[in-house]
Amino acid sequence: MSDCHSCAEFSRSQLLTRGFAKAGRGLPAIEPGMPEPAGTGLDRRTFLSRSLGAALTVYGAAAFAPRALDEAIARASAAGRNERVLVTIFAPGGWDSLSLLYPTGDPRYRHLRPSLALKPGDGRPFSGDSRLHWHPSFEALSHLHTRGRLTVFPAIGYYHPDQSHFTSRHFWEVGALDTRQSTGWLGRLLDVIGDEENAMQGLSLDSSLMPSLATARVPVATLTNPGDYGFDSHNVWDVPAVLLQEAMGSLGGLVDETDPFLTNASATIGQADRLRRQLGRFIGDDGQAHYDTKAKYPETDFGRRLAGLAALLHAGFPIRAVALQAPGSYDTHSDEPGALANGAKEVAECLAAFQHDLEIRHLGGRVVTLLWSEFGRRAEQNDSNGTDHGAAGVGFLMGTSVRHKMVGEFPGLARGLDRDGNLKHTVDFRSVYASLLEHWFDVDSDRILPDAKKLPRFNLV
Amino acid sequence: MPLAVYKGPFGPEQAERLLWRAGFGPRGGEDAALAKKGLHRAVDSLVRPHGADRLVGKPPRVDGHGIAPKDAFGHDHLWWLDRMVRTSQPLVERMTLVWHDWFATSNETVGSQRIMLQQNDLFRTIGLGSFEGLAMRVTINPAMLLYLNGLNSLKGAPNENYARELMELFTIGVDNGYTERDVREQARALTGWTADYQNGYGWTRFRYKHENHDDAMKVVFGKIGAFNWKAAVKLCINHPKHAAFFVNKLWGYFIPVPPDDETRAALETLYVHSGHNIRPVVSAILKHPLLYEGPRMTKSPVVYTAGLLRRRGDRISTEDWIWLDAMAGQQLFYPPNVSGWNDDRWLDTSRFRARWLIARRALEKHAFNPEHASPKDRPPSDPAQLVDKAIAFWGGVRLTDHTRKALVAYAEKTMAAAIADENRQRAFPMMTYNALRHLVAVSPEMLTA
Repeated sequence: MSDCHSCAEFSRSQLLTRGFAKAGRGLPAIEPGMPEPAGTGLDRRTFLSRSLGAALTVYGAAAFAPRALDEAIARASAAGRNERVLVTIFAPGGWDSLSLLYPTGDPRYRHLRPSLALKPGDGRPFSGDSRLHWHPSFEALSHLHTRGRLTVFPAIGYYHPDQSHFTSRHFWEVGALDTRQSTGWLGRLLDVIGDEENAMQGLSLDSSLMPSLATARVPVATLTNPGDYGFDSHNVWDVPAVLLQEAMGSLGGLVDETDPFLTNASATIGQADRLRRQLGRFIGDDGQAHYDTKAKYPETDFGRRLAGLAALLHAGFPIRAVALQAPGSYDTHSDEPGALANGAKEVAECLAAFQHDLEIRHLGGRVVTLLWSEFGRRAEQNDSNGTDHGAAGVGFLMGTSVRHKMVGEFPGLARGLDRDGNLKHTVDFRSVYASLLEHWFDVDSDRILPDAKKLPRFNLV
Repeated sequence: MPLAVYKGPFGPEQAERLLWRAGFGPRGGEDAALAKKGLHRAVDSLVRPHGADRLVGKPPRVDGHGIAPKDAFGHDHLWWLDRMVRTSQPLVERMTLVWHDWFATSNETVGSQRIMLQQNDLFRTIGLGSFEGLAMRVTINPAMLLYLNGLNSLKGAPNENYARELMELFTIGVDNGYTERDVREQARALTGWTADYQNGYGWTRFRYKHENHDDAMKVVFGKIGAFNWKAAVKLCINHPKHAAFFVNKLWGYFIPVPPDDETRAALETLYVHSGHNIRPVVSAILKHPLLYEGPRMTKSPVVYTAGLLRRRGDRISTEDWIWLDAMAGQQLFYPPNVSGWNDDRWLDTSRFRARWLIARRALEKHAFNPEHASPKDRPPSDPAQLVDKAIAFWGGVRLTDHTRKALVAYAEKTMAAAIADENRQRAFPMMTYNALRHLVAVSPEMLTA
């Protein structure tokens, strides 16, 4: 389509992830046997957490009261301030690994990508494989790689790759090649290592629950952004501005028994005021969030979320697994270069700032970050200066504790393509999951991943 | 069966409520003018406006340019918001919004502002006529064909998406007297529509192609026939549960508490006897006592935004309305799903903050700068007078004692802080006035109507 570079299926799957499926309405038939997103059956309640100073939507904890939530968070954070954390970041749409880590040294590359191929001088060489170069937008990641803070999986995927956005993402979210699985792989991890009261242990930094965090037993939470909650006005400063915050709150508390909607509007203002007071922890007099960091994050929503996450971890919040979505839309069926470059640059720069922030805060040893997309793209480009859905793609593991520069190899564009012309995988994503479960969280991955026994392990951390 | 009609006084207060429910609130003086007509003539003037719509005031201008609703992202939102602000036929525009929610179609899937605006025009043109006619036109409307997969739903491979929603959400109601078999059979009846995709332009030449249509016999609601798309819609409109569904759903757009059985039955009769016409039912709802005597309704984000600008006679002059309304939960042309926006969810702590920012943006051009204000702009320093002036700025909105006390308390505190400080005595009344206008705009009374 001229003004939409994504396929219709992807747009629909984006809708589905926003609770479309939950409503069970207008569910466009994406494919036969389409999986229901993990976690869509969980109960949810929204609380204002005093200790966190934000509105948390808590999943799978119907019996919780707000005070119990705060007490549980306080207890859990007193119990273990040094526990390990895994952050997973999903790049939506299936990003083009053959541009992000482009095989300029592969003889078939320019033939398969006549208009899309990048030149050897465009990006930095990749030290793990002389055929590969970093996309210029990934420069910040290439520096992390040089510093030994980044493991690259140049061909990560699974057998019998599914080219539906929806199904393939589902497999990655649930950690199994099973459309019926309804809990996420991180959710099942938390069901084993987690606490029945601490909803912060699984944190979806998004407006809705990321399916990988869907649990069966313990509560998890979503939080859009810990900062960003001020009430100022144009041409009002000094004492009138300070008093204005309180005055906003005084519009709460109006009760009219004959008028539920008026009463509700006032009650919402009261809640907003309580939230504002609690958020004082991260918000300065100027109404802006201050995370007290020296790291330079790009001024974007994604950057602010990661900055907020680093601040929460630093403040001792009992977080174990975090999931969020990366900026950008990578379903680049047409006019790929611009869309890919913009998203990738923001992702790389934000991640580099996050890693830097964690290191300054001495949290580097506690956090690893996994960056993934539901698939890579077809090796041969299409006629619209774009690429269609493929199979294996590129993934990354970032952290102070990562051991390798590269895991698995790039299979090449001659023998490394399957019958459909898609890249074959050299690392199964479930092996990465199993390795992280065992080596990072010290749990038996058989309890969490259905196929754990069949999968090789890597010493990732 | 008698239909209850409001018998109480019809003054500016009642006229204002009517203008909020049937439009986007009053322009300056519009409520008083409407009140003079009395209830019946007031409602008639809304449901049967004379002549063509006139847009009053200056057209949108953003960054020195006009807007490009078909092309620039979000300008579709600005374009429609502008109509809401400037229309002289507010109910026509409000019904367009009702149908956008009722037959919710999102550009997230359609991917063409041109096609979405074409649908919008359909709602505006025939939104007060026959519901059967409207449902027919929506069924074969390009945006809807794209959104719910009616396009290229073929003989032998029918897509059930539209058939299901036609019954579940548009005409009959979920689990309300149809079966899964009816869904499948209706899907067959609806087959046959196709279009061409032209590179650089998008979908075009939407048309019915007989060879794509399944013209064999179908069984729908126990009736047998070689039904086509027209018959599929007619079957739904003539379904015994349709009239009640229609009346209930339409009522909910204007009055937040359900009608009693007698009222509903009377409205159903009115609807069916009128030949499934929308106008008489809307007219009856707008005259119903519950609209004037019942509880207030929460304004949706675009109604709220348009209302602030309309009250002040301000033009659309920024793209900020796009993200501000989206943040408040309502970006036009992007309803969250096919069931439309959820009216119970207009206010929460994030969305209230968005309303705060909307009011802030609307006030920006009116906010006095205490450092550069001329003496003639200087507001009074008496707290109660400052509050009155802020209320008058918003057309004399009626506030509860609770809210008024909160405003006066704020003004008293800021004025007290200015005692014995000349600079503060000059600046604080102005800042307080700016702040009070903001507080009035986000008061519970202004969030609802």
